[in-house]
Amino acid sequence: MYKKNNPLLVYCIFYFLFLYIPVFLLPIFSFNDSFHMVFPLKGFTFDWYIEMWNKARLHQALWNSIKVGVIASIISTFIALFAAKAFTRYRVKYSGLSYGAILLPFIIPEIIIAVAFIVIWTSMGLKLGLVPITISHILYCTPFCLLILISRMDGFDKSLEEASMDLGENIFGTFWRVTFPLLLPGIIASLLLSFVISFDEFILAFFLSSSDQTLPIYMWSQLRFPKKLPHVLALGAIIIVATSFIVMLSYWFRNLGQSNSNRGSHI
Amino acid sequence: MISALQKIYVKNDQLKAYTLLSPALILIIIAMAAPMLVMIITSFNTQISMVEIDRTFTFERYEDFFSKPIFSMLLFRSVKISFLVTVLTLLTTYPLAYYIAFYVKKNKMLWIILMTLPFWTSYLLRVFSWKVILGNKGVINSALVGSGIIDEPLGFLLYNQGAVVLTLAHAWAAFAILPLYVSLDKIDKSLLEASYDLGNSKFETFIRVTLPLSLPGIIGAILIIFIPTVGDYVTPQMVGGTDGRMLSNMIQSLFGRANNFPLGAASAVLMLSSVCIIAGIVTYITRKLTLRMS
Repeated sequence: MYKKNNPLLVYCIFYFLFLYIPVFLLPIFSFNDSFHMVFPLKGFTFDWYIEMWNKARLHQALWNSIKVGVIASIISTFIALFAAKAFTRYRVKYSGLSYGAILLPFIIPEIIIAVAFIVIWTSMGLKLGLVPITISHILYCTPFCLLILISRMDGFDKSLEEASMDLGENIFGTFWRVTFPLLLPGIIASLLLSFVISFDEFILAFFLSSSDQTLPIYMWSQLRFPKKLPHVLALGAIIIVATSFIVMLSYWFRNLGQSNSNRGSHI
Repeated sequence: MISALQKIYVKNDQLKAYTLLSPALILIIIAMAAPMLVMIITSFNTQISMVEIDRTFTFERYEDFFSKPIFSMLLFRSVKISFLVTVLTLLTTYPLAYYIAFYVKKNKMLWIILMTLPFWTSYLLRVFSWKVILGNKGVINSALVGSGIIDEPLGFLLYNQGAVVLTLAHAWAAFAILPLYVSLDKIDKSLLEASYDLGNSKFETFIRVTLPLSLPGIIGAILIIFIPTVGDYVTPQMVGGTDGRMLSNMIQSLFGRANNFPLGAASAVLMLSSVCIIAGIVTYITRKLTLRMS
């Protein structure tokens, strides 16, 4: 619409630096040959990356995080998939209310959900650990999945589903044979992003873990000790690169086979 | 019998829709509504030993909360900090969203991805990074001291409320950029041209047309930043120091060392209810103000 606005562009560049400097800082120090995160850098080393290999607790925490993330992302994506279909294909009574209720975990401070979970879990006499963490992550991821899948579903032709129904498929048959394949890129994007969310989630895991740590809890426990800091930075650098890659991949999947007008309309 | 039921099912769209919605609604009921209900009930109970809770109904936890000034002070501070974070984030990201919506022609999507990508990378590490940047031996201070501009490191950068606000404004930027961009991008450009044709200046057009039309984005951003940040734990713990401690840090210790679940539950209930009421009022005022300006 407008041609040029150089002052605004300069502002954007500065804001861009503000966003990215904290992200790039840690990977830089992960190659620094010193326990202290101070400029000037001392020397280049791979030691901290090598040190990660002999940390048994780190490997256990990584494995726990992957378990929780995979289960939470699969379940929340499927729950959101059915819900997205209901919201986009039917005129649901009280749809606003149901929609709001399903998106609530996205708005409510996580610490409230964490407190509610720890209270109900312990009052039922159950042991804290990976099970309540996974359930709370499913709750927390579902709104994200729903937003992704609804925008995907809005983007494709309803008449394909109607044709399937007219040809005698029932609602679930139509779902598996028509809706599901068409939605597949959106589903993959939802799986990837909810995995990243669960993998990175701290508060719920912090309140609900017992002896089983997830990766963010492990990092939190190590950040206090200067001697242990460098290998957490190395780990952090790997996490930053890996999650960025996964997120880019999921953006690519989301736009796969979408018309231009629908691109990037939501998160 | 079964085929009759099937007929009813096939004809009834409401039934089909709610069948599809049922997993999500069951999840919300079991994993959110029920735990929150138990949390509210527990806030009216008493902790009698490490593991035992007396279930007799009492208002004492709420009396405890309001009789000890530290609690109200932390609640007030939490609300104040998340209010400042919301304002700061909106003011700093609005120009950005505006630029992407109105000036960027090619690769808008790439801009959006680049602006939101940091949000997906480890929250913990981003907050920690600010501690490294602002600390006494941190990036800013070592650069300033090293270059001889100052002799002593600036102590006021870290461990205060300002550091918490800055770090949170950085961490939640994506949640403002996206809704603002979506609402700005939707604006029909011919409305802006009409405004110019009617003799409005660029500034008047912004105040009378663009700003009111981006209201849904502004309100969306207020809700998804103001409400969640009030309960942030990591940032005040890492960069807040004593001055920047928030109610969530107190709640955490009530579920940890202090071991007083009912008081922790009461604090959580008060935190949630006060932030929801304030968010409602802020949204209402924002809507009224912007409508009046237009």
